[in-house]
Amino acid sequence: MSWESLNEIEIYCKENGCEFWQAILTGDVRENETTEEASRKKMAAAWEAMLSASEDYNPENFSASGLVGDDGEKMRAHAESGRGLLGGFAGEVMTEALKMGECNACMKRIVAAPTAGACGVLPSVLIPLSRRGVSEGDILNAMYVAAGIGQVIAERAYIAGASGGCQAEIGTAAAMTAGALVYIKGGSTDMIVNSVAMALKNMMGLVCDPVAGLVEVPCVKRNVAGAMTALSSADMALAGITSRIPADEVIDAMKEVGDKMHPDFKETARGGVANTKTGIRLKEEILGVKM
Amino acid sequence: MNIFDIIGPIMVGPSSSHTAGAVKIGQMVRALLDAQPKQAEIWLHGSFAETGKGHGTELALVAGLLGMGPDDMRIPHSMKHAEEAGMEVVIDRMNIADAHPNTALIRVCDKDGDELEVQACSIGGGRIQVNKIDGLRVNCSGEVPTLIIRNSDRPGMVAEVTAALARHNINIAQMMLFRNKKGEDAVMVVETDQKIPSQEIAAIHDQDGILRVTYIGQEDE
Repeated sequence: MSWESLNEIEIYCKENGCEFWQAILTGDVRENETTEEASRKKMAAAWEAMLSASEDYNPENFSASGLVGDDGEKMRAHAESGRGLLGGFAGEVMTEALKMGECNACMKRIVAAPTAGACGVLPSVLIPLSRRGVSEGDILNAMYVAAGIGQVIAERAYIAGASGGCQAEIGTAAAMTAGALVYIKGGSTDMIVNSVAMALKNMMGLVCDPVAGLVEVPCVKRNVAGAMTALSSADMALAGITSRIPADEVIDAMKEVGDKMHPDFKETARGGVANTKTGIRLKEEILGVKM
Repeated sequence: MNIFDIIGPIMVGPSSSHTAGAVKIGQMVRALLDAQPKQAEIWLHGSFAETGKGHGTELALVAGLLGMGPDDMRIPHSMKHAEEAGMEVVIDRMNIADAHPNTALIRVCDKDGDELEVQACSIGGGRIQVNKIDGLRVNCSGEVPTLIIRNSDRPGMVAEVTAALARHNINIAQMMLFRNKKGEDAVMVVETDQKIPSQEIAAIHDQDGILRVTYIGQEDE
């Protein structure tokens, strides 16, 4: 069964006395006629791939365009120097988000979550948490939470920049990651759902405006923005702050915004930063054509 | 959408449409040729032509032709692997009328001189569609078990194929017939609910009037 609303998941959890992640795992087992063991093995493979992508990062590798490559290393050095504004954990999160986005741009192996362009958001929080002793079992459970949230957003709205702008990609990744964080920090199902609503609201309207049509500028740094939104939304939810607008309605609102968004802001590289003087100059240089 | 399409696919970046989808197009062409191509001419259209370099689209297509999957770490070096495998690759641009922006036209031949021309597009999220085989318009995605049959355009061909499938209790989900001109070659695309055993594919192939049979099977997990 594919979940059509977060409310449906909440009701299922209440009726069956189970946690959010269990509902998603059970759903996968039923929908794909598989076993819990086989499903968890697949999820573990995705987690392994995230870890090895982070290890594969090399600041000497640049993307084919030369636009991105060593920002993850700069961030790491800054965070480790103790001069970072946000402190150790957030510094690590920003570093991982940049590293993963840059690995993707450099043709390394990553895990789309939900898309390749947004691949840095979820692992950017999971990797520092696992370094701090969160068990693999809990990481995998959190990934089920994230997957379930993404599934509902894909069902009610969309997860592709070409369909709904960056809010659909980084916004969805932020919502998925917020829920995963709330789970790991022991929050309730209700708190998970509230964190989703807050993360999506705070990302709403974000356009997809890639310079030269490449998944580099501004995509890599937007992974940091998504991760930071996930952290703050999770913390708000864990503090007991609730969203006045229910999460499912926020998802529907995101779709409305995406539907009304001009095509120039949906991955076509015709608007936003892609359409600035410098964005156009970079495009001409990279693609070797005069616009 | 499947949860492993949300957390996943595991893929070589940077783009599910321009990289992962391009690998799948290459794999599909290889499957349709049913051999390692000795020569490959690739024409890129639209966004594939415009942003292909930055997305590694060319590398990805060649990787697929070599049999690599979307998560193969050798994709960035596929040109070197093609050279080692003795596969000659030529890449150019072409404006194809009425084609999806992410389209490639690929002409391949194997060591025995068997030739094949495929036009396919990447429609997002790593999913693809085959649009033309040897100039004949078709429509298939390879997401379900699929038989692609080239046959002479004459009465009874469809009946022979469907009867063979029925004998093995294989249910047809969707079936499409394509041809350019009456009486010339035709293409049958048969998508099924069950996997098709190899002896059954061979049996279809042995029938009179069947020119080529390709089976795009679903990978076992």
